[in-house]
Amino acid sequence: MGRLDALLPELMLSIGGTILMMVAAFTGRRGSALVNWLAVALLLVATGALVGAPSHAGPVFDGLVTEDLFASFGKVMIFVASAIAIIAAHGWFERGTEHSSEYAVLIVFSAVGMSVMVSATSLVSLYVGLELQSLAGYVLASYRRTDERSAEAGLKYFVLGALASGILLYGISLLYGFTGSTNFTGLAAAFARGAPTLGLLFGLVFVLAGLAFKASVVPFHMWTPDVYEGAPTPVTAFFATAPKAAAVLLATRLCLEGLAPATDAWRQIVIFAALASIFLGGIAAYGQTNIKRLLAYSSINNVGFALVGLAAGGARGGSAVLFYMAIYVVMNLGAFLCVLWMRDAEGRPVESIASLSGLAQTRPAFACAMAFFMFSLAGVPPLFGFWPKLLVFQAAVSAGYSAFAVAAILGTVIGAYYYLKIVKVMFFDEPAAPYARVREPIQGFLILVAAIIVSPLGYLLMGPLGAVTDRAAGSLF
Amino acid sequence: MTGLPVLTILIAIPLVAGVIAMFANANGARWIALIATLLDFALSIYLWQAYDPNGAQWQFVENVDLGGGIHWALGIDGIALVLIALTAFLMPICIGASWRSIDKRVPEYMAYFLLMEALIMGSFAAQDLFLFYIFFEGGLIPMFLIIGIWGGAERIKASYKFFLYTFFGSVLMLIAMIYMRSVAGTTYIPALMAYDFSREAQAWLFLAFLASFAVKLPMWPVHTWLPDAHVQAPTAGSVILAGVLLKLGGYGFIRFSLPMFPDGSAQFIPLMFALSAVAAIYTSLVALVQTDMKKLIAYSSVAHMAFVTFGLFALNRQGIEGAILVMLGHGLVSGALFLCVGVVYDRLHTREITRYGGLSDNMPGYSLLFMVFTMASIGLPGTSNFPGEFLSMVGTYQASTWAAIAACFSTILAAAYMLYLYWRICFGTQRHADAAALPDLSAREWWLLAPIVLAVFWMGIYPESFLRMTRNDVGRLLVRMERVVPPGDSHLTLGKSAAHMNHGAH
Repeated sequence: MGRLDALLPELMLSIGGTILMMVAAFTGRRGSALVNWLAVALLLVATGALVGAPSHAGPVFDGLVTEDLFASFGKVMIFVASAIAIIAAHGWFERGTEHSSEYAVLIVFSAVGMSVMVSATSLVSLYVGLELQSLAGYVLASYRRTDERSAEAGLKYFVLGALASGILLYGISLLYGFTGSTNFTGLAAAFARGAPTLGLLFGLVFVLAGLAFKASVVPFHMWTPDVYEGAPTPVTAFFATAPKAAAVLLATRLCLEGLAPATDAWRQIVIFAALASIFLGGIAAYGQTNIKRLLAYSSINNVGFALVGLAAGGARGGSAVLFYMAIYVVMNLGAFLCVLWMRDAEGRPVESIASLSGLAQTRPAFACAMAFFMFSLAGVPPLFGFWPKLLVFQAAVSAGYSAFAVAAILGTVIGAYYYLKIVKVMFFDEPAAPYARVREPIQGFLILVAAIIVSPLGYLLMGPLGAVTDRAAGSLF
Repeated sequence: MTGLPVLTILIAIPLVAGVIAMFANANGARWIALIATLLDFALSIYLWQAYDPNGAQWQFVENVDLGGGIHWALGIDGIALVLIALTAFLMPICIGASWRSIDKRVPEYMAYFLLMEALIMGSFAAQDLFLFYIFFEGGLIPMFLIIGIWGGAERIKASYKFFLYTFFGSVLMLIAMIYMRSVAGTTYIPALMAYDFSREAQAWLFLAFLASFAVKLPMWPVHTWLPDAHVQAPTAGSVILAGVLLKLGGYGFIRFSLPMFPDGSAQFIPLMFALSAVAAIYTSLVALVQTDMKKLIAYSSVAHMAFVTFGLFALNRQGIEGAILVMLGHGLVSGALFLCVGVVYDRLHTREITRYGGLSDNMPGYSLLFMVFTMASIGLPGTSNFPGEFLSMVGTYQASTWAAIAACFSTILAAAYMLYLYWRICFGTQRHADAAALPDLSAREWWLLAPIVLAVFWMGIYPESFLRMTRNDVGRLLVRMERVVPPGDSHLTLGKSAAHMNHGAH
């Protein structure tokens, strides 16, 4: 039977989020700073509760969710990234007409959804978590409702997201119909009975397609650049990190736990999706002039690399995926915080890559941090972004997929070009009009921390973080 | 041996100095860079003194587990030692060469140079496969920025080309490294040097490493990034590129390709010889028709590197020792030649050969030194390149007569293009008034070039002080390769007189 203590973080966030919504409703705009900070505190306390609580309680509620180290690892990532997304919005919405207090509440609810996603061990809880996350996401995308682009982003995200949910749901119903179970263990048992039937295969493909949409994996990536560009930048920072990590982790658990006996069936799909994402994400980014669109393609490209680890499978592949996503979240949060600081002299946000011109001369520290994130995303040593790439390739090679690893690694060269382009604009070009100085010491501190993590000093993390991801991935088996 | 982690200090000095220089003002950064590089040079002299050529293969060993399957494992043998010494020797000269000619964004420039020195030292000292890769690849970033920020008109294209070419080669090597780790279960380089991979795997691994080192060295036909990068890079950038970064490719062959994949290496000897032969003849001819001084020297670098690959893949003592000497000699001489180009470029701001002429009248000191380096580049006996090129050719001759013939052509053509270059710049009539009015070398420039002249003669007259350091290491390598060395086509047959044979072999 259910043990509520195992769900302590989710309960805290749900109840706390509801209370915060009330506070927001009654205080209006005056209370927005208060609600924001309370939401950050709530997320951090929930993170703390993960450490203290019986986080390895195993399956609860008859196997609807499980509280293992894999889930806890994902939740730490998600809660911290969500908290940073709230901090990132600080000083962003004040000038508009929006009630920025609701922003924090929506992120908290989205975090609840994501934390259900990473701990889901049943198709039903998987769907519920995913929808909770997505519904909050649709609203967030169109949060700046007076801005046409934001409204467009929200609508696009909603329509395509609903379609993907439909596909996912159809897949789930097929799987349920052919196996008689929604449980991951039940699915695994059904798949283990013999070669999967056509119905099962269809179900599997539809479910994976639905998840691929949420993780913006090629060929279900079309919404990503538009939504990333249109959504307010703090929201984009959020979309690019926590929900993406949650979707990848969810896919990892589903594939390695529920569909483990059908590995041969999903592996070819994942291999295709990984390569397609790597190459399309790399090539399509070439012509971009908007930094948010470019980072959208970069995120498609990066998720492709994470999928290389998933395709490798096994505890080693799972561990590589976790490691990859953790560093990916750090790199992207850092990069987006930098993008948030791109403001023209009047304080209006600018998004064109050309405006970064000569940043190394006008704002050397800013340019340096951005260059760190770019080289790290490209996976160039000695920056730390190289290490997770090495881990996923290692997993692929040791699983016997050397040709696949070679193809993927050639993708890094293609991707390197556009990251270099940003470095080139910042370092080689003549200075453009300088940005206004943003006075947000906390955001500055966060950028500094992220830059230190991706710097060569990050290699000190390699051992401890690797040990945790190994254990977390081990809890799937 | 002391307990002091000398190699870590060797890497840390430029690294720390680089970070400090970033925050200093222009003059402060210059002095910080000079002092740090001189300290590193002093440290390399200490290493040279303390290294025991007859002692253990790996000395000054350090090993700290960093977790995650990678070790901070450092240690050097004689081959790494001489290359570290070369790097440490050239670095202060590079800083000196940039003292006045770089006047914008000086702190950044010095910081990138120091960072690069740290990374190069790390690549030579690394004993862990992935640690090596991190250092090896890391060197791309500062060089990319140096070319891109302080380069000539076409700098952007050159910097991209440099970065993407080398990055492409290296990622293939990375996959090979991952494979090696998964098969051999270790990333410790000395252990891998004794590990026998299957014959088939060796072929693939060799090709993957070749992709990286051939680009780095560079070998024909993947050399095309080099002329661009050299021409566009600032003088000191060219010096370090030609003097040290190219040597990483040769070092890679000696450290990885030969001992780790002896079968693979032996299988591809014909390929390596063929590519080297093309490089030796074709790029020499290309050098002959250049009108840009730096481009000419850049192509001559590619041609000289053919001696390295010839010598290495001859798989005998003369060849390999010759290859190491060529790397050292070429490091000195091509570095010095780029400095010589820099001297006149700083004055006239053009690299067009036809804009100069008759400089021996108004710049006698310069013409004298330039002559020394020109002769050294040709391989005149008594200068640094002679012992290396000679040994390399002797070794090649034992392995393949045809390859040796190609190598000989390289020397002949080197004489042609270098003398032609020297003639057009220093001799002849003074056609241009501005070129005729150029002042001779300043005290600073004398200080930069004089140490190289000394080193060039030292290497030419008494190469034993360098050979001594690497002799045992080459011996170990040969023992490892013994099994696979194919019979050469120049073995003596009965029926010829002894005098004739001696004549033929030398």
